[in-house]
Amino acid sequence: MGALNIVTYIFIVIGLFFNVVGCIGLNRFPDVYTRLHAATKCTTFGSIFLIMAVIVQSVGIWAMEGALSSQSILSIHAVIALVALLITNATGAHAIARAAHRSGEKPARAVVDDLEGKDIDD
Amino acid sequence: MRFLVTAIVAYLLYLLLTIGSGTLLLWNAAELIIGAIFALVVAALVKNRYLKRSLRMLNPVRWFIWFIYLFPFLFAMAQANVDVAYRVLTGRINPGIVKISPKLKTDMALTILANSITLTPGTLSINVDEETNDLYVHWINVKPEVLKEMPRDYHPICNSFPDWARRIAG
Repeated sequence: MGALNIVTYIFIVIGLFFNVVGCIGLNRFPDVYTRLHAATKCTTFGSIFLIMAVIVQSVGIWAMEGALSSQSILSIHAVIALVALLITNATGAHAIARAAHRSGEKPARAVVDDLEGKDIDD
Repeated sequence: MRFLVTAIVAYLLYLLLTIGSGTLLLWNAAELIIGAIFALVVAALVKNRYLKRSLRMLNPVRWFIWFIYLFPFLFAMAQANVDVAYRVLTGRINPGIVKISPKLKTDMALTILANSITLTPGTLSINVDEETNDLYVHWINVKPEVLKEMPRDYHPICNSFPDWARRIAG
């Protein structure tokens, strides 16, 4: 159990680091698009590590008990949560970015804007 | 056919969520029955949205390629996060919106590509031109050499993800 706990702590520390970086980025970046970079990438990656910590602990309990219990089932649920997180986080970011551009938000300090003035509607 | 496939996928997902709830195999009888009812209801509601044209995504070869793709993808994702963390801490950004033409034909491939782009190095997909299937991508660190030519070369922007998306769902 000792080694398992160490792995869990390492995952939690990495996860927290990336989540904190995401929060700092949210405050430091100049406009909505660059902030979305920080908000989507860092929090997704950080949460992956937090979920992996849950999986490690839960699989450890599973291996110890040798049977499915409410705690070992947590690993399956965590995997499903991970997949849902990966899909919804990226999709949500698209929705926000598209809405921002359509409402006239200009990318700050941009060197190029191919989408400028284009009206893509559906 | 579409109804059946949707119902089966929904039912499998429900079974995965309630695994270990009883002694009948791994589930109890109530969960099995309720899951089946809900799967049928969900399938009746969404069958026209969930599968648009064809059943080609049922091909196990595509699933296998998707699984292989996870490895370069996760590596690129780790790279992206270190890169964004670096830019957050130093504030060195050079952003811009570029257009790429990956020439993908199916919606599924385009969705995979757009999601991959959002989760990987310094790029965020913003909009899609549904007639030509061009993607507009916000790039946090624009490289000047890409700006010279007009159908932009997508390799510096999103590696070879368009090729992978074409192999999985093209």
